Amino acid sequence: MRAIVTVIGKDQVGIIASVCSLLAGEDINVLNISQSVLQEYFVMVMLVDLSGCQTSIVELSGRLDQAGQERGLSIRIQREDIFNAMHRI
Amino acid sequence: MLSQNEIMQTIQMIDQQHLDVRTITMGISLLSCAHSDPEAACTRIYDKITRYAEKLVATGEEIEKEFGIPIVNKRISVTPIALVAAASETEDYVPFARALDRAAKACGVNFIGGFSALVQKGMTQADRRLIAAIPQALAETDIVCSSVNVGSTKAGIDMDAVALMGETIKALAGRTADRGGFGCAKLVVFCNAVEDNPFMAGAFHGVGEGERVINVGVSGPGVVHYALQAVKGAPFDVVAETIKKTAFRITRMGQLVAQEASRRLDTPFGIVDLSLAPTPAIGDSVARILEEMGLEVCGTHGTTAALALLNDAVKKGGVMASSSVGGLSGAFIPVSEDEGMIAAAQSGALTIDKLEAMTCVCSVGLDMIAVPGNTPAETISAIIADEAAIGMVNSKTTAVRIIPAPGRKVGDTVEFGGLLGSAPVQAVHPFSSRDFVARGGRIPAPMQSLKN
Repeated sequence: MRAIVTVIGKDQVGIIASVCSLLAGEDINVLNISQSVLQEYFVMVMLVDLSGCQTSIVELSGRLDQAGQERGLSIRIQREDIFNAMHRI
Repeated sequence: MLSQNEIMQTIQMIDQQHLDVRTITMGISLLSCAHSDPEAACTRIYDKITRYAEKLVATGEEIEKEFGIPIVNKRISVTPIALVAAASETEDYVPFARALDRAAKACGVNFIGGFSALVQKGMTQADRRLIAAIPQALAETDIVCSSVNVGSTKAGIDMDAVALMGETIKALAGRTADRGGFGCAKLVVFCNAVEDNPFMAGAFHGVGEGERVINVGVSGPGVVHYALQAVKGAPFDVVAETIKKTAFRITRMGQLVAQEASRRLDTPFGIVDLSLAPTPAIGDSVARILEEMGLEVCGTHGTTAALALLNDAVKKGGVMASSSVGGLSGAFIPVSEDEGMIAAAQSGALTIDKLEAMTCVCSVGLDMIAVPGNTPAETISAIIADEAAIGMVNSKTTAVRIIPAPGRKVGDTVEFGGLLGSAPVQAVHPFSSRDFVARGGRIPAPMQSLKN
């Protein structure tokens, strides 16, 4: 199953590193990353593959949210299907 | 590959524009629960609902987390209780409502609909007993919703039932006077009621439906409002196109959630109801969409046309996005549940007469309107008759959910709390309709040709 991870918040050192190490720890493979900083506002969108991951997406979502809160960021994971449904016919 | 823009657009819709799935409603047939002993029937009802809907709330929450889309309500609709209770040897139908209430609470849902009767052509003994039980049933239970269908395009309007419903609404308001007549917020009087509506308070599981079904109601007035802000001053063709595209996206999301819920609950997928359902939150208002089209205040001249366009464009956009569209589908205009409608009513721009005109072109009817507590029952019946006539002649669903708030007068505000919001008490005509309502009988079904 593929999912989209989004990270939004104030830019700071080490955001990508910390999110990626968290994902690697769960055996989640990152397929694509796009990232931008607009007026100190950090936005990162990652396409990830969950097929090797043993943790449920519901639990992952809780962990990412907590990790985000510690750094003052909003981090979420959502199944890719929801975006495909809304933007692709 | 999806672009960052597309992904952020969805996230913004959820975070800032109140995009959500308004409800996952499981429809459950209770026809198999009929029993001559009312207690046995109630036990069967409780058992069947809790068995079928046991995992509804947990599944809804799972989907919510996996897709990152809020699913605000999980609800249950059941076969109209007048049909199920008819077999029972009892005159008191209140215990059936209590059984529904207990079962719904055990499942953890926030409303259960179906304490209902379909009396468009006449009332059986069971229908009369059910209607007689409504005031006590809704006053004593917390999350049971009730509806009565008093008319249809094929049958006409049952004016005896209309007269009865005026009195019922007054009695219900009286019984819940300490809460501003709150009980009336859980009672809908319909014309052309639909059998697969997932929205409360009017949801019931029609007799033409299967054993159980999953219906999903989507919402997103805030998303439409936001989209229209980008086309300020553009001609209406552009407005309609923009609404269609937005409705398409919202409905696709609803369809996905509906299919997922249906699969996980091993329950057939019924329909997606593509309604714009407002909430009292700022930025989640249908009235503000109409105002975005260029009206100073919702309710002024032009409002009906704006609403007609909105309602139609929502349907056109949504219908291609779902394999099966049903329910009420369109724009809802509940006064107390819409921040912009509340403001419009308080400013005096939005009157009951204008609301009635608006219901000719949108999906429901006079919804969540508070009127003075001393409004006579006949006046309420006459309001119901007017609304039912609009539905009957135009082959559409119309409904009345009106609250004669005890002890309140025009200008007061009644607080219901939560999604039900707060309603400014609106003026009704002071002139009597007593002799009109007292006639009873039936208004014949209208011609379906010679349409002028």
